[in-house]
Amino acid sequence: MIDHRANVKRTLLSALFFLLLSFGNKISAQDGKAIFQDNCASCHNVFKDGTGPALGGLTTRGPWTDRKKLYDWVHNPAGFMKTDPYTQGLKQKFSGNMMSPFPTMSEKEIDAVVDYVEKTFKAGPPTAGGGAQPGAGGAQVIDEKDNSIMYGVLTLILAVVALVMLQVNSNLRKLADDKDGIPSHEPIPFYRNKSYITLLTLILFVVGGYYIVKGAIGLGRSTNYQPEQPIYYSHKVHAGANQINCLYCHGGAMEGKHANIPSVNVCMNCHMTINEYTGSAGKLFREDGTEINGTAEIQKIYAAAGWDPSKRQYTGKGKEIEWTKIHNLPDHVFFSHAQHVNAGKVQCQTCHGEIQKMDEVKQFADLSMGWCINCHRTTKVNFGDKSGEEGNKFYSIYQKYHDEIKAGVRDSVTVNDIGGLECQKCHY
Amino acid sequence: MAKKKYWQSFGELNNSEAYEKSISNEFKEELPFETADKKGLSTSPASRRDFLKYLGFSTAAAIAAASCETKVRKAIPYVNKPQDMVPGVADYYATTYVSGGEAIPVVAKVRDGRPIKLEGNTLSSFSKGGSSARMQASVLDLYDTARLRHPIAKNTATNYEAIDREIISALNGLGNGQLVLLTSTITSPSTKQVIAEFLAKYPNGKHVTFDAVSYGGMLLANEATFGKRAIPSYNFDNAQTIVSLGADFLCTWLSPVEFQHGYSKNRKVTEKKLDMSKHYQFESMMSTTGAAADERFTHRPSEAGIIAAALLTAVNGQEPTGISGKLKEGVKKAAKDLVANRGKALVVSGSNNTQVQILVNAINEAIGAYGSTINWNAPILMHQGVDSEMVALVQDMEAGRVGALLVYGANPVYEYYDAERFKKGLNSVKLSVSFNDRKDETTQLCKYVLPAPHFLESWGDAEPKAGYVSLIQPTINPLFESRPFEQSLLKWTGNTTRWDVYLKNYWIAKLGSQATFDKALQDGVIETTPAADAGAAFNAAPVAQAISAANAMKKNSEYEVIVYQKVGVGDGKQANNPWLLELPDPITRVSWDNYAVISPVLAKKMFEIDLSDRRSADKYEVEVEKPVIKVKVRGKEVELPIIIIPGTHENTIAIAVGYGRDKNVGRAVHAADGGSLGKNAYPLLSFNGSTFEWNGQAEIAKTDLTYKIAQGQTHNSYEGRHGVIREVTHEEYKKEPAIIRNERKAELKNYGGIEKFEKDGTIYPVYDRPGIKWGMSIDLNSCFGCGACVVACHIENNVPIVGKHEVMRYHDMHWLRIDRYFSGNPNDAESIQTVFQPMLCQHCDNAPCENVCPVAATHHSSEGLNMMAYNRCIGTRYCANNCPYKVRRFNWADYTGADSFANNQQPLVDEGKLDDVVLMMNDDLTRMVLNPDVTVRSRGVMEKCSFCVQRAQAGKLEAKKQNRPLQDSDFQTACQQACSADAIVFGNANNSQSAISKTRQENDNRIYFALEDIHTLPNVNYLAKVRNTAEISNHGVLTGSEEHVAASEHGAEHKG
Repeated sequence: MIDHRANVKRTLLSALFFLLLSFGNKISAQDGKAIFQDNCASCHNVFKDGTGPALGGLTTRGPWTDRKKLYDWVHNPAGFMKTDPYTQGLKQKFSGNMMSPFPTMSEKEIDAVVDYVEKTFKAGPPTAGGGAQPGAGGAQVIDEKDNSIMYGVLTLILAVVALVMLQVNSNLRKLADDKDGIPSHEPIPFYRNKSYITLLTLILFVVGGYYIVKGAIGLGRSTNYQPEQPIYYSHKVHAGANQINCLYCHGGAMEGKHANIPSVNVCMNCHMTINEYTGSAGKLFREDGTEINGTAEIQKIYAAAGWDPSKRQYTGKGKEIEWTKIHNLPDHVFFSHAQHVNAGKVQCQTCHGEIQKMDEVKQFADLSMGWCINCHRTTKVNFGDKSGEEGNKFYSIYQKYHDEIKAGVRDSVTVNDIGGLECQKCHY
Repeated sequence: MAKKKYWQSFGELNNSEAYEKSISNEFKEELPFETADKKGLSTSPASRRDFLKYLGFSTAAAIAAASCETKVRKAIPYVNKPQDMVPGVADYYATTYVSGGEAIPVVAKVRDGRPIKLEGNTLSSFSKGGSSARMQASVLDLYDTARLRHPIAKNTATNYEAIDREIISALNGLGNGQLVLLTSTITSPSTKQVIAEFLAKYPNGKHVTFDAVSYGGMLLANEATFGKRAIPSYNFDNAQTIVSLGADFLCTWLSPVEFQHGYSKNRKVTEKKLDMSKHYQFESMMSTTGAAADERFTHRPSEAGIIAAALLTAVNGQEPTGISGKLKEGVKKAAKDLVANRGKALVVSGSNNTQVQILVNAINEAIGAYGSTINWNAPILMHQGVDSEMVALVQDMEAGRVGALLVYGANPVYEYYDAERFKKGLNSVKLSVSFNDRKDETTQLCKYVLPAPHFLESWGDAEPKAGYVSLIQPTINPLFESRPFEQSLLKWTGNTTRWDVYLKNYWIAKLGSQATFDKALQDGVIETTPAADAGAAFNAAPVAQAISAANAMKKNSEYEVIVYQKVGVGDGKQANNPWLLELPDPITRVSWDNYAVISPVLAKKMFEIDLSDRRSADKYEVEVEKPVIKVKVRGKEVELPIIIIPGTHENTIAIAVGYGRDKNVGRAVHAADGGSLGKNAYPLLSFNGSTFEWNGQAEIAKTDLTYKIAQGQTHNSYEGRHGVIREVTHEEYKKEPAIIRNERKAELKNYGGIEKFEKDGTIYPVYDRPGIKWGMSIDLNSCFGCGACVVACHIENNVPIVGKHEVMRYHDMHWLRIDRYFSGNPNDAESIQTVFQPMLCQHCDNAPCENVCPVAATHHSSEGLNMMAYNRCIGTRYCANNCPYKVRRFNWADYTGADSFANNQQPLVDEGKLDDVVLMMNDDLTRMVLNPDVTVRSRGVMEKCSFCVQRAQAGKLEAKKQNRPLQDSDFQTACQQACSADAIVFGNANNSQSAISKTRQENDNRIYFALEDIHTLPNVNYLAKVRNTAEISNHGVLTGSEEHVAASEHGAEHKG
């Protein structure tokens, strides 16, 4: 028995090592893509026109062959347009809508966006989905899954190999002992071998413990929660196919802690004229496969708003729509949309997933503290950079960090650096 | 600077054994575990098997509970959202706090349709953004469970149509009977117009104004000497010498919010502005204003007239008569200063006696106060009641001359000195109508009750001072079927205009256009520049008669009683407000009750409580049961527990009004014994033929009874550590401005000095604060103990109310307390000097609490905050034990109803271990006042001041959204914003341009940190108190007992 100890230890350690490897795997984000999604995607698509023109192939068009002009445009569209007939034409084409200025976006960042756009454009449009750009979140999840399966299989194979080796080793030793004339014990079957039993128990304990803890942590969390709503409202139709800006309906996200579900009068701004569903995003189905009549769902808004579509007037008999709340945070957490969307310029999709591809909304993130904290660890704060780009002036008081950026000691400041992991950032 | 001994309690003064024992353990009782003691585990009532049973059960229960379905929550948006409203974002509306005649312009914070916090309106040049405890607390009255929900006719619910019909027919059938509208002072110009129109419609109509706390004496005196029945405005900011004859002008007298601001201006000293005003106080009891005074003299309540006369004589350069000893010296000294500061001096008197007020007017005339410190251009309108009118009304009622009585804002059955006669008179009134929000003493006896809306639900206006109008606009839809008083009068006048329309038309006619009205509504205030002070000719004729009347006022009885208002409850109009009831009185530190304040001398004489004797002092002080005294004034008796307060005149008993309410006023006034809290002191008043006297001759007797009192003064102790309070005289300060700094320098000499103390005084590393470092500065010269900050803190931070029973058990939850320190000899009332110190979490950079938390629930932030993560706290209370400032508070019970199970505190209430008021605060209606941005803490969790971190976060976000650095204007802490005297300054100390940095630079010499030598590195600094006296030091040793001198010194050595 004693002879086996070293081997058992080694096997265990290597198994644990692989186990660890399979959990510790993370993928870093691609810069251009992230910047595009954070800043541009709400209006621009690579392949087709949205609120703004399709960006694919922009380096071959108009003034954009000169990259410097593109920088000027992005930093100050209104100023640039005064002297440039091409962009004036664009403004007309897009019914007078002007691009918002991005004065804080550095040239490097713009380059990264252009590189990403051109690369994506060359690769051709995606085949699936409602025409929206491929999202970061979904891709990451798939990558992560692939890896864990790979490592899992690898761990299993190695474990089997280790077992076989152990068996071979003991057989060989027995042969050698026989040869040397050392009397050997009765062979013990492996299921009564105490070292195997110990090993098995330990593995069961570790694996079982892991799942129990994981399960316990998961209590009260509701990732993928997808309740049926009183009105079949499809984000795919609105935000995806029709490219409506999220903030048009969820304007509270810029101002206060709640993004707010829009009141019925906001729906009526458009639906006073749009009274039927013409299939802009294909046929609509519930998760269980039942088909949805979009036009009938629009009628439900009329009922709620107290709108008589035949007479085209309000009856004054509206009734609130009782939506089922999907994203719930515990009471002891303070979360402000304005802080993230307005001050932090975080894209909605970062936390809510590819909402523009969802018919019925489901909870994308687990909304756990670990998930929040991990993002705070890596997300960069708008401090400006070495080239003299100015960030949000609020952070001008952090002289030390600005000096370090200038001196090249650090290239960026994360939320963590300015106290983003402290308890009273969210709990008070 | 001489060593001075400060004490909060007599035990501390004497270093008594019981006191030492009582402070050795901050948390007196053990947790209710049945421990094994010394008998071994096997005999323990909770065995190992029990433990396993509980463990198994709770695991199973937890799993069962966890596997339940998650609750489905709804999100219900508006059908048609008002354009400017964003759910989750607070809106602010300017309106006005009104209680009786008192009015303060406010800004109401409205979150999702609910007003949840009031702040002073900074656009008002009357209040300058100041607030009072009662104004802060008034938002809770809106959600009071005792509010009437529908109109009542003859004790049955009815509707307005029926009630209007019946009342109009009754009014028309009055015949010869008088129609009397009885109100408290009405400052609203539009309401006055409505009343005039109403009275014009009905013959025999008249309007009687009755103020519970009346200033009739002043009104009549001014009429006699100036020909004006009005009260002028007082400019304390112009006064260099202030003499107060028993007027508590910083907390309860006339217009305290305005006066605090003006008074504090000349109390703040910096190196550049070394001058400060000098304040003399002559009074019979220890008032909060007396506590702030530089020199204080005590006298019998009936001597108020003699003192006024003596002061007048002295001011005129003659030898004062009728007084002797210290009092005489004091009067002469005060008179000398008054004369020397001619035109910059002011004398005020709290007396309601016309003759005394005539004398005060004569003094003010003699010292040139009129036109400088007193002005006639903007009279104060908040107190217009003349007492004799009320007395005449009662006589008319008794004689059956009154046919209809309409009562609004007044409560004579409780507030009138001879309530029995009023009640009798009311019986012979055919039509009695009350406009009130609750069934108080008078309303119960009225035939018709029309629920009045809270001011936060109303339209209206108020004019606290001529030319300073403040508008009232609703901030919430009426919660119940209430109707404005003015609406009813309009209806009964036959005017069909809605009251809000009437008000709008009234102001549009005055202001000119809808646009100016809208602007005025937005600002909340309409101010016209007052005309230059035309002055008023002083008529000296009544003075001679007043002098002889004043000299004859002195009473011969051994004991006298003085009736006063407490800062919190005041005249009792907001008596059902738990925030005000739990607010400790600044002087006595008692919550929830009223009591008889007596002097240590009387205590010794009558109750054999010798405060210089340790055992005797302990028996009185440590026990919550206080002996009860019987006070008899003109045949009316009250029995009240005693509270011994040094500085009280030895023959005086002081009793506060506002308590002893009827139980229908609300759940908060219910005492645990089934009665109501305290006793009514209004019956002790008397009528002298023209005004009510607030003092009188008293017979006192000892009883065998005791009564439980919740007094907080001994709850938190520094265990004899020095350096909590620092104080110098103005002389010393002028001579050596750096006196405090030098003292600190000497103390820290061996630990790196002031500059290097942070690094050299510890073995811990020094941490960076790269961006923001919050800091607070509290000026002890500007803190008068009024308690507005304490109530503001409660509201802003959802601090629970615990009830009297819990306060008695040291379980009070105030995040911010105002410590009151006495120094001097308790047996010598004149020697007592008082210091108030707001004490809150000091947010130490080297915090003792953080190191001892086993679960890291309390942490330090990069901005210098001492953070508390409630959900991480497991309730070991190690942090509180290790906190040298004793500012951490523990949730001993589920005060807020935060636990999952409804009514889980009911059994405790039934057993009498918890007061019903805790449940009242957890009513669905009352809970509407909670701040949704702050977690409601549950049982077993530690909490403390967070520097209003929710406001800091919101302020930072606002700056980020606007892409600019943080400014001071982005946010204020609740306590800072509430303070009328600007005693608290808060901000980012890393920004050299912020108010906090400037305050610290300007007051470099007065800065000190509480218990600095223990290297906690607080982020709260205090500015040492400068007292404008020649001498300050007295050892706090009881005279006449050498033994105790020795004991005290021994104690000091021991601790030193």
